[in-house]
Amino acid sequence: MNNVISMSGVTKTFGRTRALDGLDLQVSAGEVHGFLGPNGAGKSTTIRVLLGLLRADAGTVRMLDGDPWKDAVALHRRLAYVPGDVTLWPNLSGGEVIDLLGRLRGGLDKSRKADLIERFELDPRKKGRAYSKGNRQKVALIAALASDVELYLFDEPTSGLDPLMEAVFTDCVGELRARGRTVLLSSHILAEVEKLCDRVSIIRDGRVVETGTLAELRHLTRTTITAELIGAPNGLSGVHGLKVDGNRVTFQVDSGDLDEALRQLSASGVRSLTSQPPTLEELFMRHYTGAAR
Amino acid sequence: MTGTLSLVRLILRRDRIVLPLWVIILGVLPISQTSGIRGLYSTPQELEAFAASMRATPAFSALYGPLLDSTAPALGIWRAGFIPVIIALASVLMVIRHTRVEEESGRRELLGSTVLSRNAALSAALIVTSGASAVLGLTVFATFAGTYPVAGAAAAGLGYFLVGAVFAAVGAVAAQLTESASAARAIGLSALGVFFLVRMAATVSEATWLSWLSPLSWGQKLRPFAGEEWWPALLLVAGFVVLAYAAYALSARRDVGAGLLPPSLGPAEAAPGLSSPLALAWRMHRGPLIGWSAGMAFAGLVIGSAAQAASDALAGNETVMRMLTAMGAAGGVGDLFIAMLVSVFGLGVAGYAIQAALKARGEESLGRAEPLLAAAVSRVGWAGSHVFFAFAGPAIALLVAGAGVGLSYGLAGGDVGTQLPRTIGAALSQLPAAWTLAGLALALFGLLPRLTALAWGVLLLFLLFGQVGAVLELPRALLDLSPFTHSPRLPGGDVSAAPLLIMAGIAAALTAAGLYGLRRRDIQV
Repeated sequence: MNNVISMSGVTKTFGRTRALDGLDLQVSAGEVHGFLGPNGAGKSTTIRVLLGLLRADAGTVRMLDGDPWKDAVALHRRLAYVPGDVTLWPNLSGGEVIDLLGRLRGGLDKSRKADLIERFELDPRKKGRAYSKGNRQKVALIAALASDVELYLFDEPTSGLDPLMEAVFTDCVGELRARGRTVLLSSHILAEVEKLCDRVSIIRDGRVVETGTLAELRHLTRTTITAELIGAPNGLSGVHGLKVDGNRVTFQVDSGDLDEALRQLSASGVRSLTSQPPTLEELFMRHYTGAAR
Repeated sequence: MTGTLSLVRLILRRDRIVLPLWVIILGVLPISQTSGIRGLYSTPQELEAFAASMRATPAFSALYGPLLDSTAPALGIWRAGFIPVIIALASVLMVIRHTRVEEESGRRELLGSTVLSRNAALSAALIVTSGASAVLGLTVFATFAGTYPVAGAAAAGLGYFLVGAVFAAVGAVAAQLTESASAARAIGLSALGVFFLVRMAATVSEATWLSWLSPLSWGQKLRPFAGEEWWPALLLVAGFVVLAYAAYALSARRDVGAGLLPPSLGPAEAAPGLSSPLALAWRMHRGPLIGWSAGMAFAGLVIGSAAQAASDALAGNETVMRMLTAMGAAGGVGDLFIAMLVSVFGLGVAGYAIQAALKARGEESLGRAEPLLAAAVSRVGWAGSHVFFAFAGPAIALLVAGAGVGLSYGLAGGDVGTQLPRTIGAALSQLPAAWTLAGLALALFGLLPRLTALAWGVLLLFLLFGQVGAVLELPRALLDLSPFTHSPRLPGGDVSAAPLLIMAGIAAALTAAGLYGLRRRDIQV
């Protein structure tokens, strides 16, 4: 499968701050790729490099088979972008901004626009200065979603939206996936990513520390096992956080040691067993608290 | 008043560089003018002759107000007659900066949720701005009191202080009226413009009663160094109290963030034409363009008729006419008057040119350039839309200013056909100088985007060169740095194409450098 976005060893410094520090990111065609990280990890910087707004100091960046810095204008006809903090022109109405951005991108679908305005419950007649944060966000989302392009770049697009509108956004991304579009969705809302994304990259301090499908990422981490045994547990080795309460045990185990742990459990006889795969949140916390040292 | 003191400290912290700078620069200008005049004209006779020549030139009175006496400090204070206008300008802008701008940006809301009384922000802005004028007034008092009569020094300082305070209150009222800071600024600055024109009309025309209508004239009614009168200070105090009361009353009647004038709805769909960066730029630049053009046209009409009045009044005076001819005003009083004020148009329009050029940087730092550049818009295409208005806007403003002068001057003299092309030409001859400032602003935007405010500093410097350069006998080479030194004195003077073409060339080169820099740098928020 060919890559829509391919970044390797990308570095970007602002004065003394190193915003990107050898970042590698691959997004293949047709996938919804989650881009996870806390504030300041370099998510927006990465997207702004992809948009050709910032120039990478080192490393290679390819997007839609072009150079985002040199071929910016040509590439931008094929993508749509929603920033996390939308500022609008105070004297333009929301409807005007949607039309303007769509036209500058090379045209937008009128009926889809009308549909989106209805679904997001936006009053397009209000002037830019009169919109609340969530409504400004909706204006940018509608402008982007109404354009039929190959790649959608969303930088924390749902900040300021209420849960109902977040659900509308989730539906819209689902429709994009169904149409085979590629989406890079930066977020720190794990539930959103878990619901939408095929693959996930986790970024920390300007570097991608983990990338893969959710299943693959889970594979890298520990599963929580709770079991009620017939006999007393004995000789459980290679497990973490073991808690024994009579015949009841709870522990975490690395995926590689799971088989051995189960063998040891069955030696004592198992009455009931629940296994819980790690949530994205646990994955995430492990990278951010565990590795922060 | 809870929290006012903390907000005062916040404002002082935010303005810790700009505020002392303008207070000190404006505060020492009057004494430097006075010392300069005393250095050039040492005997009472020479001072008297100088004063007579100044009185014979209504253009000066139009700018500075009436000349009240011929002592060195009286002449110095009069020659600094533009300073109260600059103080008023700074006061209006500063109060709006710390009230409506904060509300519009939402920062006010963040503060409003802390323990803060409803009017704390307004009070703090008024206190700091009036306080700055007070320090400025004290500076003037202190610099004069050592050498010149104490009463005069006190009247001069008091006048500056109170004019600053009154215009701080004007800014406070303007800040209550609209939701957007730019509309509030337009209201405040229009009020200042009207008061300035009223002072001008009161000075050069027969209708001296007009001077009672402009706070800018009230300061001069204190008559520093010319038989001080103290009661007009009450007029200024009353003006301050009434306006400040109005501001508080208006503030009490509205929500945070709201204005008195309700926001209007716009169209649900964009017009077909709104499909390019230039079309978007037009939406952003048309307000200032219309405002500047209307203001310049009005100023032009006033100045044209004042020029006619001045030239009628002096037509019979042989001595004065001979002196004026010697000063290089072959075309007579009217031409000399118009030429002087047209050069002021040049300075004003240069400010507009910088403002229009820096709109691009404003868009960038507000994050509004990003969605455009993330669409299929090139950087040069985007910036070019603002460059267009930075160059075309001043041209239009000067064109209508020249047309205004020519119409009213020509109508009064019965020769519109002759005057119109002359005055339009005179106004447009100021354009290349204004363009160089636009070019400078664009070069900074492309190459040193964090330092774009320098363009304003440079304009202020050139403005000071023009105001005090001759009096302070600054070296020629320094004065030559200012493009305004090279603008011709039209109508009636000589004009050569070379300096105008060179200035236009410099403006173009600076713009090209800016666009080159923009293509290579990061887009910064």
